[in-house]
Amino acid sequence: MGVEGIGASVVRKEDKRFITGKGRYVDDIKLPGMTYAHFIRSPHAHAKVKGIDSSAALKMPGVVAVLTGKEIVDDKVGNLICGWAITSKDGTPMKMGAWPAMAPETVRFVGQAVAVVIAESKNLARDAAEAVVVDYEELPAVADVNAAIKAGAPQLHPEAPGNQVYDWVIGDENAVNDAFAKAANVVKMDVTNNRLAPNPMEPRSALADYDTAEEHYTLYTTSQNPHVARLVLSAFYNIAPEHKLRVIAPDVGGGFGSKIYIYPEEMVALWASKKTGRPVKWTGDRTEAFLTDAHGRDHVTHAEMAFDASNKILGFRVKTYANFGAYMSLFSSAVPTYLYATLLSGQYNIPAIHAEVIGVYTNTTPVDAYRGAGRPEASYLIERMMETAARQLKVDPAALRKSNFITQFPHQTPVIMAYDIGDFNASLDAAMKAIDYAGFAARKAQAKAQGKLRGIGVSCYIEACGIAPSKAVGSLGAGVGLWESAEVRVNPVGTIEILTGSHSHGQGHETTFCQLVADRLGVPISQVSIVHGDTDKVQFGMGTYGSRSAAVGLTAILKAMEKMESKAKKIAAHALEASEADIVIENGEFKVTGTDKAIALPMVALAAYTAHNLPDGMEPGLKESAFYDPSNFTFPAGAYICELEVDPGTGKTTFVNFVAADDFGRLINPMIVEGQVHGGLAQGIGQALLEHAVYDANGQPVTASFMDYTMPRADDLPSFKLSHTTTLCPGNPLGIKGCGEAGAIGASAAVINAITDAIGKNNLEMPATPDRVWRTIHAA
Amino acid sequence: MSTVKLTVNGKAVSADVEDRTLLVHLLRDHLNLTGTHIGCDTSQCGACVVHIDGRAVKSCTVLAGQASGSSITTIEGIAKGDELHPMQAAFRDNHGLQCGYCTPGMIMSAIDIVQRHGGQLDEATVRHELEGNICRCTGYHNIVKAVLDAAGRMKVSQAAE
Repeated sequence: MGVEGIGASVVRKEDKRFITGKGRYVDDIKLPGMTYAHFIRSPHAHAKVKGIDSSAALKMPGVVAVLTGKEIVDDKVGNLICGWAITSKDGTPMKMGAWPAMAPETVRFVGQAVAVVIAESKNLARDAAEAVVVDYEELPAVADVNAAIKAGAPQLHPEAPGNQVYDWVIGDENAVNDAFAKAANVVKMDVTNNRLAPNPMEPRSALADYDTAEEHYTLYTTSQNPHVARLVLSAFYNIAPEHKLRVIAPDVGGGFGSKIYIYPEEMVALWASKKTGRPVKWTGDRTEAFLTDAHGRDHVTHAEMAFDASNKILGFRVKTYANFGAYMSLFSSAVPTYLYATLLSGQYNIPAIHAEVIGVYTNTTPVDAYRGAGRPEASYLIERMMETAARQLKVDPAALRKSNFITQFPHQTPVIMAYDIGDFNASLDAAMKAIDYAGFAARKAQAKAQGKLRGIGVSCYIEACGIAPSKAVGSLGAGVGLWESAEVRVNPVGTIEILTGSHSHGQGHETTFCQLVADRLGVPISQVSIVHGDTDKVQFGMGTYGSRSAAVGLTAILKAMEKMESKAKKIAAHALEASEADIVIENGEFKVTGTDKAIALPMVALAAYTAHNLPDGMEPGLKESAFYDPSNFTFPAGAYICELEVDPGTGKTTFVNFVAADDFGRLINPMIVEGQVHGGLAQGIGQALLEHAVYDANGQPVTASFMDYTMPRADDLPSFKLSHTTTLCPGNPLGIKGCGEAGAIGASAAVINAITDAIGKNNLEMPATPDRVWRTIHAA
Repeated sequence: MSTVKLTVNGKAVSADVEDRTLLVHLLRDHLNLTGTHIGCDTSQCGACVVHIDGRAVKSCTVLAGQASGSSITTIEGIAKGDELHPMQAAFRDNHGLQCGYCTPGMIMSAIDIVQRHGGQLDEATVRHELEGNICRCTGYHNIVKAVLDAAGRMKVSQAAE
């Protein structure tokens, strides 16, 4: 592999700027003449906007403009879109209400903007916002799905009667009914998947600059996918044609899905920059992040699983209500459907599955993909079900899983996905060994003697990553293709620039992508630069989410590298008077195999650009590009086991051990992969124990700051024991499956399975706070 | 408006600021020291931690005027030229950062933790001491490793001085 090649835990190239305070995030950027935006947001969950009086604000010092929802609609800035069309079981398209960037008439969640103040400083904008008087007429509001679907519930959108966006089904209902009819045992349960706030540490920010002479916009924004942002802003929001709009996503401080979407604030900043003739910057504060960053999860599910007499699964029946909040966010419709229900087979041979998913509007912040996106909800449901079944059937939970594992590949599930490869026994065995599963009973007894309740919980997850084959997702309703692009530029002096449509906001692409180049050419990674995050530099790209950047983005780089190498070999062969077939690349040199004849990469590059002596008919230069569209999803999978103790006096949970055995296929940089797993596990554990975005019955958020919403702190978490089992992904030449979301997908069920094992009661919802655990222990 | 005079990373600076200006805004907006970050507005997250007269302080909890006359060290001021502070090096070597946003505050807090505890640091102590710094990327696993690693390195580097 070489010291910097594939498989080496190379220390990150990007770290120097971050550890010395030289990172460049959007809010760090200042432009001459820059103004500051402050949004006026609804304090009501549902209200009519009767009038906005900005006369006093406009007289205040430093105020440049006060702009309202009516003006942005009048200027024909488009409504926000949802980019994945879902069809209900009755054949009708999903029913969507209009979502203007600022509300001209009706607000439907607390925090929805109705107007914006543009001023010479942040403080002046805030001061003036206090002086804008908005006349609201409050309307009845509804915050949770159970209330929203009831007859007589407050209605959000006239387009969606009963607050229902869609009623979608997947699978064979008759086959499932037959399975249940012949079942020896049926296990039933209700599961809630709690709403989460994604909370990347960098709040969202947008800085827009309109050039009146060129009629050209530049937008610096906290985006995971700047090209998608440009496409949507141009094609749907009427901001500007794509060639008149440059989107730059510089250093971005975490995303976790929440920075995929193109938000109202970015649209308003661009529009306001043109209207005022000044650069406009908006940087959200943390409460604005809680109110306006797309939330995650929020499912209410009833599930039933049928088993035969030998405890083999016969069928799985699921009905899920998904809370979408007040509006349909960019990819929200796909999350509880194609990213959730298609994974309901888990790691198991399930002959028949049927799922019904009902999407519901409520007066809450819109919900969309958050790390894992649908797959955590599926994994949590299946793994809670397997644990519950093991308890009901009185068999060991690991043994029940093993007896139902899929062991033959490829495997077609009843819910679209075709798993290409895996070894589920290997990962579960590795995790059981790492935690000494066999010795648990003795440890439990020992803990009991000390007054503690000890539990162990297993979770075997699978996810569909490497998102995604464009043709397949197109047939399922996606509005975009999900390939990736790359360009390899070898400069005349032999240094290399890799341009990629992937975007790093913590994943370490500036290191891992260089490792591929080092691996193939034998050059040091210091000779290679990664260029990303700027639509003027990189021609196009689909960005980073869905654990796709290595499996899809890096494969695109590989394809471009192969083209470049092919041309370089021809130049080398010509210079060395050898056959192209005899040229090999080693240690930065092109060598004639079996001889001592060689030419170094910089000399090949120079020859390409001087063009004095190239093979006949060859174009000068050494630059190649490629688009790569995957042939299938990839299927990372693994087993997590959590061992913990509960104090029956307080309900407090203390971790004893947390082991993870993941199969991600080939690892480019194991150090970075493990870092991704650590972070994912923390988010999964956070969901299980701490995090919950709570609304009261009237739609008022009660967890809109870090004082009320419990983010995992260092002393809430254990150190993790990680290991890897490997089956190489056959779907891409590097054998990569992806690692970005696994921890968040698999961890929650392991924790809740362990706590419920410890306390001997199965019904426990997330987050399992000490209060909730104590009440469950002591419930009659 | 008030004139605030203080020492930042060893240099005397003076700025005319509104009385309500927080230290973090003075650093970021007036002195262009954008390595100090803002992550929460409620003094929970610790992205804005700097050293005031050698002690780790959340710079969003201090008015610029309150810091007048003091000596401030920010993330930009802890390396000696090209030589990283041992805590910076430990964060890099242990992959104690991903997106980098919480990192300056983490490093500034962690230096203070090591200094206060001398060499007597263990994992539980580090985890407890980091409760005022939130990271969403790393799950803290490698941050804890980095702080423990740096504790050793700082001892060695202090002994060498």
